[in-house]
Amino acid sequence: MKFKGTIQKLGDSVDTDGMIAGRYLSILDPKELAKHIFEETIPDFTRRVKPGDVIVAGKNFGCGSGREQAPFALKALGISCIVATSFSRTFYRMAIDLGLPILESAEVAAAALQGQTIEGDTATGEVKIDGKTFRVEPMPQFIQEIIDMGGIVDWVKKEVAARAKAAA
Amino acid sequence: MGQTIAEKILERHLLDDKDKAEPGRVVRAKVDFVLFNDANGPVAFRHFANMGGTKVAVPDKVGLVCDHFAPAPSAAGARMLRDMRSFARDKGIKHFFDVGKGGIEHTLIPEMGLIGPGDLVAGGDSHTGTAGAYNAFGTGMSWAGMAAIMMLDETWFRVPESMRFHLHGKKAPYITGKDVILKCLQDLGVDGALYRSMEFAGPGISEFNIDERMGICNMVVEAGGKTGIVEADEQTEAWAKATCKRPYTLTNADADAEYYSRHDYDLSKMVPMVAKPYSPDNVVPVSEIQPGVKLDQVYMGNCANGTISDLRQIASVLKGRKVAKWTRVMIVPATQKIYKEAMDEGLIEQFIDAGAAVSTPTCGACFGGHNGALDDGEVAFATINRNFKGRAGHAGAQVYLGNSYVAAASAVAGEIIDPAKL
Repeated sequence: MKFKGTIQKLGDSVDTDGMIAGRYLSILDPKELAKHIFEETIPDFTRRVKPGDVIVAGKNFGCGSGREQAPFALKALGISCIVATSFSRTFYRMAIDLGLPILESAEVAAAALQGQTIEGDTATGEVKIDGKTFRVEPMPQFIQEIIDMGGIVDWVKKEVAARAKAAA
Repeated sequence: MGQTIAEKILERHLLDDKDKAEPGRVVRAKVDFVLFNDANGPVAFRHFANMGGTKVAVPDKVGLVCDHFAPAPSAAGARMLRDMRSFARDKGIKHFFDVGKGGIEHTLIPEMGLIGPGDLVAGGDSHTGTAGAYNAFGTGMSWAGMAAIMMLDETWFRVPESMRFHLHGKKAPYITGKDVILKCLQDLGVDGALYRSMEFAGPGISEFNIDERMGICNMVVEAGGKTGIVEADEQTEAWAKATCKRPYTLTNADADAEYYSRHDYDLSKMVPMVAKPYSPDNVVPVSEIQPGVKLDQVYMGNCANGTISDLRQIASVLKGRKVAKWTRVMIVPATQKIYKEAMDEGLIEQFIDAGAAVSTPTCGACFGGHNGALDDGEVAFATINRNFKGRAGHAGAQVYLGNSYVAAASAVAGEIIDPAKL
């Protein structure tokens, strides 16, 4: 999955309570949810983000509550990829399953500055910031397969069809 | 080479008998139980429909528990609960628990005997690791991934490395499972166990009953842990014999198992711990909290600390005392069964006499949803598991975390104090 956009730089251990508050968890419409992203913790976030922007963060991104509304709303807001030193494991898996591209790289996290342009490809692990190239570990093959399908919903559909064909 | 508890449990659940649960590998496995609540279920049901799902592969492996927006605080919350009922009815899910008929999922599911030692449990809630108190591998995962389990009866896991926490010594007064995990958080930080299994072992384990072990495993995710598992002992076996509705396998690590790291804790030297705002790893001994932190609210209860053991600890402090005038106090038994037990033991009467509000089981205030949410500038002490900005209401509210003794003592004092000093 290729991505290109402006860097939105965030710190370490950005938690999901701060991303989308508990009281909004009964909202299921992605556009409506996206309005409340970082509402009280980074009040200007939704105003400064443009579709295609890339979040670059430190370690343990998405820690705390396992709430799919967080990656779901970030995707709805137009975030095209998240690069972090590391991810909380529920956020990592939720992002993959929802087809929100993510990459782990301490190097990129350390080098990236707010407002720079970043582009890359999750399949090859090549990332460029203002012309400088970084090599990032691509995802394991099975996970790459889910990402290539745009998330686990289509992957399951393919799997169900394959099983039906095998049974026939 | 021997195996850790997590590796053994995962290996028994692999699709391919010849596959190995070696740390770092991505493996495909079947789970024993998949647990939804009304915050994640309705989202997962939509994924299930988008996957073309009509029939759930194994309906009896599915648990649906109404606990987050229960009882419904709003029309939007009521819609989430209605989705749970509709799905349960349409798909023939027998393990469905509505308001008044269950409680908070992580306490309720083991209470019902639906999970047990050696089980692999997936949940949409990050605190699914609480199952480790029962010697099970519980882990929170993606909701789309849980919908996939309902479709295919299988999923994938990256096999975690394991960390071993060796507990020994006789526990000091007012020490509970909460203090063990808060001490771990102080030492590890919020990502110190990222992607790993935290395994609790040693003679000190038997100092804690099954309820208190829930308090330990409940917060492994706060250190980034994929799961947390307490090794099996006589108490685990006695619990399983009396409660489990399915066959179970007591699972302990091999003597030569390879651990990422080993940690040693002497329970006799432990003191009650408190996590200060705004992170569960911002931990200090209660004695180091500066006097004069006035409390607007004290909240006792969550998915691991609304147990009958917690309620007894609270009562031992509140009995014959009153809560402070300017502090409102809420106590939330985790399940209907616990609520009734507390009534039978006279605990509820003691709570009411002390001036505390007692609520029906709900996750409400713990995630800032309802039933005790906080306003800007308010300060609370709670036995819940997180205190990030905005967790329990307004982002300007401050929450301190700790065990039930400290919470009850602080409710009486109106400020955070060591229960030994009340």
